Amino acid sequence: MTELFANLALGFGEALSPANLAYAFTGCLLGTLIGVLPGIGPVATIAMLLPITYSLQPTPALIMLAGIYYGAQYGGSTTAILVKLPGEASSAVTCLDGYQMARNGRAGAALTIAALGSLFAGCVGTLLLAAFAAPMAALALKFGPAEYFSLMVLGLVGAVVLANGTILKAVAMVVLGLLLGLVGTDVNSGLPRFSFGMPELTDGISTAIVAMGLFGFAEILVNLEHRVERTTLGRRIASLMPSREEVRRAVPAALRGTMIGSLLGILPGGGAMLASFAAYGVEKKVSRRPERFGTGAPEGVAAPESANNAAAQTSFIPLLTLGIPPNAVMALMVGAMMIHSIQPGPQVMVSNPTLFWGLIASMWIGNLMLVILNLPLIAIWIRLLAVPYRLLYPAILLFICIGVYSLNNSTFDVYTMAFFGALGYVLVKLDCEPAPMILGYVLGPPMEEYLRRAMLLSHGDATVFLTRPISAAMLLAAAALLLALALPALRSRRDVVFAEPRA
Amino acid sequence: MIGAPKDLAAGLLFVGFGAVAIVAGSDYPMGTAARMGPGYFPRILGGLLVALGAAIALGALRPNGTPIAFGSPMPAAIVLAAVVLFGVAAPLLGLVAAAFLVVAISARASSEYRMKESLISGAVLAAAAAAIFVYGLGLQLAPWPPALSGL
Repeated sequence: MTELFANLALGFGEALSPANLAYAFTGCLLGTLIGVLPGIGPVATIAMLLPITYSLQPTPALIMLAGIYYGAQYGGSTTAILVKLPGEASSAVTCLDGYQMARNGRAGAALTIAALGSLFAGCVGTLLLAAFAAPMAALALKFGPAEYFSLMVLGLVGAVVLANGTILKAVAMVVLGLLLGLVGTDVNSGLPRFSFGMPELTDGISTAIVAMGLFGFAEILVNLEHRVERTTLGRRIASLMPSREEVRRAVPAALRGTMIGSLLGILPGGGAMLASFAAYGVEKKVSRRPERFGTGAPEGVAAPESANNAAAQTSFIPLLTLGIPPNAVMALMVGAMMIHSIQPGPQVMVSNPTLFWGLIASMWIGNLMLVILNLPLIAIWIRLLAVPYRLLYPAILLFICIGVYSLNNSTFDVYTMAFFGALGYVLVKLDCEPAPMILGYVLGPPMEEYLRRAMLLSHGDATVFLTRPISAAMLLAAAALLLALALPALRSRRDVVFAEPRA
Repeated sequence: MIGAPKDLAAGLLFVGFGAVAIVAGSDYPMGTAARMGPGYFPRILGGLLVALGAAIALGALRPNGTPIAFGSPMPAAIVLAAVVLFGVAAPLLGLVAAAFLVVAISARASSEYRMKESLISGAVLAAAAAAIFVYGLGLQLAPWPPALSGL
């Protein structure tokens, strides 16, 4: 416990330096600015703003990226409440009641509830992250290659289970991602694989490029096909204060949402989206008057908003302690860390404690900044929402192009990004969700490495994955998850979870 | 009877990627299970992807499914062309010109395209991009045509 406080003190010492405060603030501001734009989710926002952090030192760069992340997520909620056009799935649920509250003239109250719920959840999530980080990392350091391999299998299966669409397609997307991740020089033999005679490919493809193509560029291509219908609430927001009744209903919902979100954020494949869906579902279940949901119930805003922010924080736990990204946003964070030559995993805490604890402390500060930033600036965000898409997407495209090009001053990277954009577009059209693919992409090389090492240690005996208890348990859990999905009862349940907010 | 063309296309796409992996990786040394060569894991993944793709494609042979709804290919083609043009222009003409081109041309893909507006936004964004990335953040990007800087 004293160690935790010492660590946090170290972290706050780092995060409270004027420069890092400024980076956290800029990150939150930019993240909200881009995230509030309709149709742009956190993944695309981070991908787009990544180049801004290239020239920074690792710690301020990560602090800023984390700020961008929760800024983007919060910006998405604002859009969901005011325009009913969520930037991403995790705020889709907020639309249901948030937009209705706005229509009832309670937009200010909805925004305040979302902001304060998020702040509270963010604080709890960060505290959990700080508390669990050290024991988790200690555990992770005991893992051998077999355990790591099985853990990755479990993580990828988790991503499959939670993906939208059919299971077979999601599994295929993971495998495709793993394969694409192998492009580049094999570390053991020095053999360039799948470079197809292109020298640029021998170093592999940066995760940032893949993410910008799959999530940023492909999104534009998809959006351009159908005209985006928007109904912005042009009216001014009268008061930000929720009524006493609204507070009474929102507080317990926020507490439950925080709990659910914290738990689901840690799970492989979990994260903000699942958390907000689950929290909304639970609220509807425990409510004595479930019929009020969908007509502007404050608990329908408080629960998912708290849940997705809590999950946003706790999903850093598997990333920072195990080096395994639980969702697409975290996969992109891996890419960002790699650009700064940091290999995420249990060793970060030991080898780079100021970075690790500074990042955690900055999350606290960032969450507070978001509230201070967002509520007074709401008038500006509303005005931003009125910018038509025809002006917006060329600007987004430009940012993506510059981001990719400035990675290595390489034209080849721009074309690679365009390739992944086109691929992502086709895959979305064929009902294949790209999120599992990027997870596979990030985990491809380490997974192969751990497989090789495990098999080397066991002299080629594949049963090692089942005879080591921790490894066996994780594989069993993965198998159980897949099996459960094959059961029709659970399957229809999953379909309902994903279908609901779209209705 | 192919009831679900989306599944068929997706399945074939996966089979294609898996096949490319197997064929392109066919001369990577396989090694043994204990000492895996660079060809071992790719072959496993390639085979798995072909099998999954085949299963998805076979599943398409059912009576009901949603048809593929591709809109007009023009917007996507224009935006793709704009990005490729950025790649060509950036090293030759510098960031400002490349930025202007990508904005002005990609704007054409919108159904609400207005030429004058796109030219203005191109100019503004090009100036902003140079100001932010070159002069503000100090990224190593040439704002003007590099050929001119020697003069």
